[in-house]
Amino acid sequence: MILLELFLSFFKIGLFTIGGGYAMLPLIQQEIIRYGWLSPQEFVDIVGIAEMTPGPIAVNAATFVGFRSAGVWGSLTATAAVVLPSFISVLLVSKVWEHYQNSHVVGSIFAGIRPTVAGLVGGAALTLGSTALQAVQPGVIDIPSVVLAVVVFAAVHFFKADPIKVLIVSAAAGLIIFK
Amino acid sequence: MKKRRQELWNLFLAFFRIGMFTFGGGFAMLPLIEREVIDRHGWADRDEILDIYALAQSVPGAIGVNTAIFIGKRLYGFWGAIAGLIGIVTPSVMIILIIAYFFTQIQSIELISRAFGGIRAAVVGLIAAAAVRIGKGAVKDTFGFCVALGACILSVSGFIHVIWVMILGGVSGYLYYGRKKERLDQ
Repeated sequence: MILLELFLSFFKIGLFTIGGGYAMLPLIQQEIIRYGWLSPQEFVDIVGIAEMTPGPIAVNAATFVGFRSAGVWGSLTATAAVVLPSFISVLLVSKVWEHYQNSHVVGSIFAGIRPTVAGLVGGAALTLGSTALQAVQPGVIDIPSVVLAVVVFAAVHFFKADPIKVLIVSAAAGLIIFK
Repeated sequence: MKKRRQELWNLFLAFFRIGMFTFGGGFAMLPLIEREVIDRHGWADRDEILDIYALAQSVPGAIGVNTAIFIGKRLYGFWGAIAGLIGIVTPSVMIILIIAYFFTQIQSIELISRAFGGIRAAVVGLIAAAAVRIGKGAVKDTFGFCVALGACILSVSGFIHVIWVMILGGVSGYLYYGRKKERLDQ
């Protein structure tokens, strides 16, 4: 039963991820919290792990969540489910690509979806932020965490820092800050 | 038959390498994809690869995965698509399985849990930076800004499922941009 739930949930996640990478996070967040597969805290951990390990975040998250909730079969089910919509749609669209690419209807729908995705990822930063930044003591915003989050934002946004290096430095900072 | 199996194996290996050595996914994959697909194997030229990316970004799913499926399909049909897909996901699946297996034990080590305190805070910053980066490319006018803001508020409020927010975004895009184009055409 849990395999079926995992399959349907990650199929949905794969199907509604447009723009790749971080665009998937809001949906993954909502689905895993809805089913209670992971706590919000564990979800943030996975995003960190996914960023530090090779491969697309969606695939990493599917494998991890699947394994935690139903072992190796769970991880294979979730991973297959998250890539199946890609497989089907690439095979279908590659046949009608010329037509699809020049269609105004498709173009205008995407012109609406792209800013929606940006807003959703912003929303994920806010909701995840409210969990992650109260990690030390629930209900109290942890100042060092907020400072670290802002520094990371600035490093990546303004100075184009490499996310992996940023995460390694942040892990080291965590060792010093959190006693 | 033997030649074909060799070709599929080469395709699998090329995307296995791409999956193995790209951290962070998404656009970080593109330089490596170009090295394997254009420089090493000559499966596509520079113009074709742009078309491939355009398709990979306009259908659901991760860009790297979509690119692997599309190139596989173009070269060797259905089984090529399968070989590319399995090639690109296998490294992440293996590595994550190992990490997930040891995760609970590792987390109870005090040093590791302190390091994760730093990682968690950093992830928030990374996601915020991603939102701004995506927004810069996606928000082209006032209407786009309103859509982004509306989507953000709806998702934080948690009233409706993210999927419905995306459908609403697509419909509003069609109503606004699609109709505007029709009016201009007349």
